Amino acid sequence: MALISTQSLTVDERVKGLSVELHRGEVLGLIGPNGAGKSTFLHALVGLEKYTGKIESDGIDLIGFSRTQRARLIGLQPQTVSSAWPISVADVVTLGRLPWGDEDGDAIDHAMKLADINDFSDRRVDHLSGGERARVWLARVLAGQPQVLLADEPVANLDIHFQLSVMDVLKNYAAQDHGVIVALHDLSLAARYCDKLCLLKDGECVAIGSPAEVLTESLLHSVYGVEVDIDLNRSPPVVLPK
Amino acid sequence: MATKIKIFPWLLVTLVLVTWLSLGQGSVPVSVLTGLSDWFNSISSNEALIIGEIRLPRTLLALAVGAALGMSGAALQGLLRNPLAEPGLVGASQGAALGAATVFYFGIFAGAGTLAITIAGLLGAIVALLLMLSLSGTGRPSMVILAGLAISTIAGAALAVVLNFAPNPYAMQELVFWLLGSVSNRGLDSLIVLVPALLVGGTIIWTQRPLLAALSLGEQVATSMGMAVNRGSRLVVLGTAILVGASVSVAGNIGFVGLLVPHLLRPFTGYRPDQLLIPSALAGAILVCLADIFVRLLPFGQELKLGVLTSLLGAPLFIWLVIREAKKWP
Repeated sequence: MALISTQSLTVDERVKGLSVELHRGEVLGLIGPNGAGKSTFLHALVGLEKYTGKIESDGIDLIGFSRTQRARLIGLQPQTVSSAWPISVADVVTLGRLPWGDEDGDAIDHAMKLADINDFSDRRVDHLSGGERARVWLARVLAGQPQVLLADEPVANLDIHFQLSVMDVLKNYAAQDHGVIVALHDLSLAARYCDKLCLLKDGECVAIGSPAEVLTESLLHSVYGVEVDIDLNRSPPVVLPK
Repeated sequence: MATKIKIFPWLLVTLVLVTWLSLGQGSVPVSVLTGLSDWFNSISSNEALIIGEIRLPRTLLALAVGAALGMSGAALQGLLRNPLAEPGLVGASQGAALGAATVFYFGIFAGAGTLAITIAGLLGAIVALLLMLSLSGTGRPSMVILAGLAISTIAGAALAVVLNFAPNPYAMQELVFWLLGSVSNRGLDSLIVLVPALLVGGTIIWTQRPLLAALSLGEQVATSMGMAVNRGSRLVVLGTAILVGASVSVAGNIGFVGLLVPHLLRPFTGYRPDQLLIPSALAGAILVCLADIFVRLLPFGQELKLGVLTSLLGAPLFIWLVIREAKKWP
């Protein structure tokens, strides 16, 4: 049974009848142009947007879930996060335990280890580089130990080193019997890290399947209006605009 | 792990010292211990009269008003994610003053005495805060300050109308003096109103600590972590309005305490808005009590009003704060 599945999920005109399935251990990539509905879809899953249609986890409709139950099941790393106060890294990660109402030291330690931020756990978030901060925001979500982790463009504005390190964290998290849904603009990263891709345009799913099925010249051209070079047999795979 | 807060015991010790100092400060030298023990044991002595009937109410009132203002400032700043939020700057104080002054002036519910004025102050603060929130739409700092300014201006104008049509110069003088803010000559009755308001308002805000913590990372993150952001925000506003409404209706406008106290303490609480509430209440109590002692020490014939003093001291600090914030967030 799918860890999380949507049936005809619709949010206004922004997401139209999306049906996807995510199984344990999988990374599902959402790709598509700006405004395709990637963020809106993630927001609907976590309860930030009102939707019609159905979202189920292990066959149970999420409509019956309380706010807390939902927050324990699904964690969201929004596209932009900022802290209003210069709190410490450890305090940010501890906030991730709010859905559980505890400050479970093991969960927090584990999250910091996964995101590789132990070295600067005492520092203030406003004293970190962009790459370090991105991993701190991610550790906050990891500390909540959600079954499903949603990440909205987690590698935007990061250098290639941090792009890979963040994507590795997500891949490893999925491998530990969780599920990850990640919205990405970098199609090469999508090909490299995602087990399944969903190509969106104007709120509709144009194609869903393995990277090889979705990342084709004709599909990408029809969605982005750009010619692309695709070599999925290379290691790592490459998808570049011509 | 999470930041440990170490400032708490220091604040408690300072609070006790300042309270003692306040009880001992006045035009007549009196033994505080004798006065207190005589008053508790209902022995009628000069000491008991001075300590129990004059200085104790004044001191307790200063502590309660300071605690209410300190905590409401910390709660508002956490809720709005804005270090410049303050009961006075977001319109709550003016709303409370308008509500209280209207009842005071027109003598509505005169039978209910102080309680009517307090409830009017409370309603005024709630209405002002709700108007401010609906006008600003979001917690965005610039919008909150602008909306607060608008509400303060309207409430100020309405208050001017009330003063303008005061039935006689004495009524007007009384209103103006009360608005300037003071804790002298209030009597223990005022505490009957203020202490429950402090407990209820404080408890309402206290229950929303997880929300204030979660809001550090924005509304989206807070909602995604299962927080009832709308409901919780309304509760924080209600709690703040109760605190501000009650303290303004009893002691008038005592500005800048709610702004400065949380700001000064933030570094000692790991900058966490949820950890700032109680320390701010304690430090607010200390600050207002100290300011009231200072007022009593001044050698003028007529006492400088407490609210005037806090504004005189607070305004330059506020300007310094604005300059510092401007440098920090380019």
